[in-house]
Amino acid sequence: MDFAASFALIVPELILAAAGLALLMVAAWGGDKAARFIAIAAVIAFFGAGLMLAPGLHFGTDGPEVIAFGGLMRVDTFALFAKALIYLAAIACLVVAPAFFSGPAAGSERGMRAEYPVLILFAALGMSIMVSAGDFMTLYLGLELNSLASYVLAAILRRDERSAEAGLKYFVLGALASGILLYGMSLLYGFTGGTDFATVRAGLTGELATGAMFGLIFVLAGLAFKIAAVPFHMWTPDVYEGAPTPVTMFFATAPKVAAVALTARVVVEVFGAQVLAWQQIIMFTALASIVFGALGAIGQENLKRLLAYSSINNVGFILLGVAVADQAGISAMLVYLFIYVAMSIGAFTALLMLRDEEGGLFETFADIRGLSVTKPAIAWCLLFTMFSLAGIPPLLGFYGKFVIFQATVDAGLIAFGAIAIAASVIGAFYYIKFVKVMFFDEPADVVKGSSGNAHWVLLILTALIISPLGYLLTPSITDLADKAAAALYLAV
Amino acid sequence: MIGIEHYLVVGAILFVLGVLGIFLNRKNVIVILMAIELILLAVNINLVAFSHFMNDLVGQVFAMLVLTVAAAEAAIGLAILVIYFRGRGTIAVDDVNRMKG
Repeated sequence: MDFAASFALIVPELILAAAGLALLMVAAWGGDKAARFIAIAAVIAFFGAGLMLAPGLHFGTDGPEVIAFGGLMRVDTFALFAKALIYLAAIACLVVAPAFFSGPAAGSERGMRAEYPVLILFAALGMSIMVSAGDFMTLYLGLELNSLASYVLAAILRRDERSAEAGLKYFVLGALASGILLYGMSLLYGFTGGTDFATVRAGLTGELATGAMFGLIFVLAGLAFKIAAVPFHMWTPDVYEGAPTPVTMFFATAPKVAAVALTARVVVEVFGAQVLAWQQIIMFTALASIVFGALGAIGQENLKRLLAYSSINNVGFILLGVAVADQAGISAMLVYLFIYVAMSIGAFTALLMLRDEEGGLFETFADIRGLSVTKPAIAWCLLFTMFSLAGIPPLLGFYGKFVIFQATVDAGLIAFGAIAIAASVIGAFYYIKFVKVMFFDEPADVVKGSSGNAHWVLLILTALIISPLGYLLTPSITDLADKAAAALYLAV
Repeated sequence: MIGIEHYLVVGAILFVLGVLGIFLNRKNVIVILMAIELILLAVNINLVAFSHFMNDLVGQVFAMLVLTVAAAEAAIGLAILVIYFRGRGTIAVDDVNRMKG
């Protein structure tokens, strides 16, 4: 395959990279006054990059023509599906940002910083590279591009102590995770003789050498850090609480999609010959995430912290789909990812709409008491989101859990599915606490501020997707997810 | 004669030192940044040693990539540390506790 054909495959990444660099220049010369223009241009860039994905998603891109740069990248339907989700999440995070940063929640420096959309662009570019990696070097490059931009995003409110602390914690633990991942990659390189996925896979057949086993464990541990799965989840609540809410929304959606898709690709393509070795590890982290995510959220008063635990819990379900280790599991995981992204965007948008008259934000349970009286629309949308997160039919969250359990049971892993169901009942406790506080407590009557149209559009859109109407989407999403999962297994 | 296992042992020792440096250190965040560098250096020793003993250049290319990214990572880490220090006036690890739960 020649160079031009390779470039044709990575047009979305090229658009994001060019837009990011150009807008960085605009930010450097235009300053924060240009922030609004930069945000709009970034959204357009995301739409443009997303449009480039459409033909591949529609017709399916499989076979040898998806391999770019001699195996360094693999732009198959699986990667395209993940990229589409990442771009959608990034657009949502850009849309809600200006209102947040111009309010009192941004502290002493009002107004969106011009770097914010640029950093989102670069982070999404990194994720794009990650999900279509075909070589450990590409994987590392994408992961770091994503992580480095994310560390800065967490600390973007420079004068806010919580934001700076969140950035610091995210940086230290993220860098540790990268180090662990790299050490695993170096061991795999030494024991298999290459860094591209095909060579490593070929080197891992048969009896697993001790060194290669260590490499596999280190790589999985590093990836678990990035997706915030138990036992490597301890940074999540602090970072989610401290980071500005639009950034938290970004962390809860796009990087999760990228890291989970990357994990699926690594276990299927690289460790595909050693299913027994990785399956028990992923199964353990999946079940532990579900249980700890459910238990940890009980007793949390801060809503962002609670949603952090909720994301750990959801990541557990997503990993359960990976742990099933067959095509149906990967397909179920992708469907769940789509629903999870919609639910997260809805939940965080609703949080961003809990404003007082000056536009300051609320983020504890005490503030949303009796919200159904003062702000019924927000309360009902939050109710939808929370019931959906709890997996209560007929909302779409139920369908996500259903396909995951179906894949688990079909693969004969009934005991694990049963544990997951039991834990999701525990999780329902704190989701329903939301509803109890909002609908049955004495109104606190502090949420008085109004929100912009962008928030309403986003909130109603996500509420529609997770409402029973969302089931109209499921045939096409399932079809896409099946194609994507088939493409992933085709590479093997 | 120095074989590959010697290099791997040095790499493993550096890696463990780095990880312990992050978790056992209770004094200073700068030490954590040094520990992170130590981990990345351990990886580089591994990569270059494997690359040399397998007569394969990929490992050395990877090592250069890691060096580059490590520089960017250190720059960002120090930048975050500076804004943290400006707000709090301390970089002691035990004081990084504004959020608990």
